[in-house]
Amino acid sequence: MRTKLVFVALLAFMVSPALSFGAGTVSGKITYTGTPAKQKPIDMSKEPSCAKQHTTPVTTETVVTGANNTLANVVVYISAGAPDESSAPAQAVTFTQKGCQYIPHVLAMRTGQELKVVNADQTSHNIHPLAKVNREWNKSQPPGTPPLSEKFDKEEFVPVKCNVHPWMHGYFAVLKTSHYAISSDNGTFSLPKLPPGKYTITAWQEDYGTQTQDVTISGSETKNVDFTFKAKPY
Amino acid sequence: MGKLFAVIVFVIALLSAIPIITHSWFGSGISFALPEDISTHGHAIDDQLSDTMVEAGLSFLAAQFVLAFFVWKFSNRQANAEIKTFPGGAKGLVIAALVLVGTEMLALGILGQKAWAAVYFTPAKPDAIQVQAQAGQFAFYFRYPGADGKFGALHPDKIDEGNSNFFGLDPANDVDSRDDIVTGELAIPINREVHLMMHAKDVGHSFYVRELRIQQDFVPGLDLSVHFTATKVGKYEIVCTQLCGLGHYNMKAYLNVLSQEDFDAWMKQKASEQ
Repeated sequence: MRTKLVFVALLAFMVSPALSFGAGTVSGKITYTGTPAKQKPIDMSKEPSCAKQHTTPVTTETVVTGANNTLANVVVYISAGAPDESSAPAQAVTFTQKGCQYIPHVLAMRTGQELKVVNADQTSHNIHPLAKVNREWNKSQPPGTPPLSEKFDKEEFVPVKCNVHPWMHGYFAVLKTSHYAISSDNGTFSLPKLPPGKYTITAWQEDYGTQTQDVTISGSETKNVDFTFKAKPY
Repeated sequence: MGKLFAVIVFVIALLSAIPIITHSWFGSGISFALPEDISTHGHAIDDQLSDTMVEAGLSFLAAQFVLAFFVWKFSNRQANAEIKTFPGGAKGLVIAALVLVGTEMLALGILGQKAWAAVYFTPAKPDAIQVQAQAGQFAFYFRYPGADGKFGALHPDKIDEGNSNFFGLDPANDVDSRDDIVTGELAIPINREVHLMMHAKDVGHSFYVRELRIQQDFVPGLDLSVHFTATKVGKYEIVCTQLCGLGHYNMKAYLNVLSQEDFDAWMKQKASEQ
């Protein structure tokens, strides 16, 4: 009996901060209808140091699907209604070039947040984010170079390519809000710690574009918001 | 001092002859020699190279020996010696030299025209295997027409490397392009002619396979092509030999010469991956 009381007290203590902020959560799942295009094989034979790191065939990652028609690598974020944000977090986000691929394929970050670019390969890479709103840059990174440090000041979805290896491709999702998530391998996402209010939630997929939905959070509820994209066969 | 210089000229001429001699009279396997020829047209080019080497090599040696001889003979200048002019002036000799060199060049050109014409003035046979090559910074890609035997149209605005659309195909609207096979290696069957149609998407590049004796530039905006028949199974390096930017040193692909059966299996495998 006493143990039970202590447990309940402990639970209440843990939950209380969330309750005191009245924080709600938006969570959901990203799915698609139709047939997505078959991902193309990537031939890395010209770069043996990368090719030997892969035991299974490498393909493009334009559309990454999971079981039950779910979509991974979709950026879900609050595009309107989010409270004023404090400055960017001090912690840097990391974008790694490994096996001549970008890890992760889609990297989300805050405006002004430090971005570290790591070359974990035994070959030179040349990272080139094709920014249009932000300043475009293009930096060579031979093997053994310490991580590059960069940041983006404006909100933008920036395609990233390697000038040396044409198959390498990824995205930076630079967002004004800290309320963002990237859908997992099974298509799920969660945007926690939302104060009560009316929000516009946007989901972005690199090939299928964006979708938005409005949601109102009152109190500490969890609202379910699902997105369904129409797949393109080619 | 003058005699020493004459000897040095003589020795340099002899040393310079070593690569010429090894190139022309020894088989592959030693430095300076050409790599093995795996093409049907390559022997004509090798013969031409040998002719040029022998002719230019002998002229070079003769010129150097004459120079060394004159340096030796006239090196002991007395304090009161005068610089003599060539008896009768050098005009005749200069004209003779020009005619000699001109004849040499012309002869090489006429002889070499045959090797050149076999590749450039003769079209590929109608049953040659059609392959397209796309060169871009810094990789080569190759396209086969697939089961329908037809290449889909090219739409440069649709080129999307991140999506592996290196040629700019439009499969959503263009049925011909749906079964096109795009690969990073050039696989070809042995003893069959290949007609390689070449495009560059950005800057000048070059297609060079030493063993094929083929080196052809890609020029953006021009439809260039070469045709060849490989005669030996194996994997050979295709390298870019036009400085094309930062990653030029790393721009290469592989030519994979396969038996007809292996080629068919390879094609089937690649078709299933598209």
